[in-house]
Amino acid sequence: MIQSVFGKFTKWKILKQLILKDVDTLIIGSMGIVSFISFFVGGVVSIQTALNLENPLLPKNLIGFATRQSVILEFAPTFISIIMAGKVGSYITSSIGTMRVTEQIDALEIMGINTYNYLIFPKIVSLLLYPLVICVSMFLGVFGGYIACVYGGFSTSADFIEGVQMDFVPFHVGYAFIKTIFFAFVLATIPSYHGYYMNGGALDVGKASTVSFVWTSVVIILLNYLITQLLLT
Amino acid sequence: MIKADNISKSFEGIPILNKISTVFEKGKTNLIIGQSGSGKTVFLKCLLGLLETDSGKILFEDKPLKKMNIKERSVLRQEMGMVFQGSALFDSMTVEENIMFPMQMFTKKNDAEIREQANVVIKRVNLINANNKLPDEISGGMKKRVAIARAIVMNPKYLFCDEPNSGLDPKTAILIDNLIQEITDEYNITTVINTHDMNSVMEIGEKIIFLLEGKKAWEGSKYEIFNTDNEAVTNFVYSSNLFKKVREVYLKK
Repeated sequence: MIQSVFGKFTKWKILKQLILKDVDTLIIGSMGIVSFISFFVGGVVSIQTALNLENPLLPKNLIGFATRQSVILEFAPTFISIIMAGKVGSYITSSIGTMRVTEQIDALEIMGINTYNYLIFPKIVSLLLYPLVICVSMFLGVFGGYIACVYGGFSTSADFIEGVQMDFVPFHVGYAFIKTIFFAFVLATIPSYHGYYMNGGALDVGKASTVSFVWTSVVIILLNYLITQLLLT
Repeated sequence: MIKADNISKSFEGIPILNKISTVFEKGKTNLIIGQSGSGKTVFLKCLLGLLETDSGKILFEDKPLKKMNIKERSVLRQEMGMVFQGSALFDSMTVEENIMFPMQMFTKKNDAEIREQANVVIKRVNLINANNKLPDEISGGMKKRVAIARAIVMNPKYLFCDEPNSGLDPKTAILIDNLIQEITDEYNITTVINTHDMNSVMEIGEKIIFLLEGKKAWEGSKYEIFNTDNEAVTNFVYSSNLFKKVREVYLKK
């Protein structure tokens, strides 16, 4: 499938429109839910950390530190990707699957169009902007933590900011973005595969979306483990 | 002209098509008829190259489909038009965009020229005030017209229709049948229609191939079908009392 995606290319004029449409649907359309979840989960991470720091000898700036580490290393790249497997992955599987059951893919094929390139390539390209979503998630996660911590009275603003800046390893952000690129590819290809090769009717579109979500999540979690093993140990 | 030579196809060991040979002639409406499950759709998909045959040859103007490379197949497919059973219109595009799409993909014409040509075809299939409507907003009959317009906009050599009037009322079904026949004559194309609609058989069946359990059981025209003594054909075609009476009257005359 992947080989065919990069096979005979669709006319650039058409491909450009498809890419822009997918950027709008897959990237910009996901910003709202990602921002909402990131902000509140960042807040919860910060509160949970604060509530577990009962020992008065532990500095309060640990709350900011723990929030930053949790959000940048795991929450933003990995867990947002699992959420995106549900949102974006289901959309990709169901939209391609619906085209399959309504014979729209057959219609494209009969016209002599490379349907893999026409349907899947724009999704891969548009998801190259996925690190931008994760960047927003990282920022809002830490910001949510700050708001919850400072306005919840768990630490001062200065302590939290000091914690966020403490022992900062720039490579951790690089590691998160490397993971994100891999996850973006998984998010574009596995749901596309399940949509493209599905059989049956409307009910099977729903089933294919569920199976696609499960497999995308499994692959993301396994890749997360492998990449972490390779890059951080 | 399309020639099928000893076509066989099976799925998981179950034979669906069994040594079918026939010729679909240019400028004629060629009908494939048969009961549900007789292999009509599989046969049509083999002709289109959407399914590979297990054995036998499909020849387009004496050129075997199997021996064509990707580029040759791509060129051939641009010479094909297909009307699907469910119309298969792109639901994110308007009627006009659906019809413009093949030209945008394969011609170097500018948007104004493409739109102009699309509108010529839209007029040809009698679609009125539907250019900016989405497929969801138009009736079944109009969808078929859009599908026909999209299929003929590139002036194809071959037109394939899979049950083009299924789900339509009898009047609209006949209008669609007549439209397909007019287009076949006008553009002098090879038209292959998959149907089990007996009105279509009587109306436009210039050449009819009857499939029974994956085998070609009979071949002839709409005139010959009245006189045939092939039991399988008569049982299928004249299964309703109305058609039985029509046949009796025809034979008496």
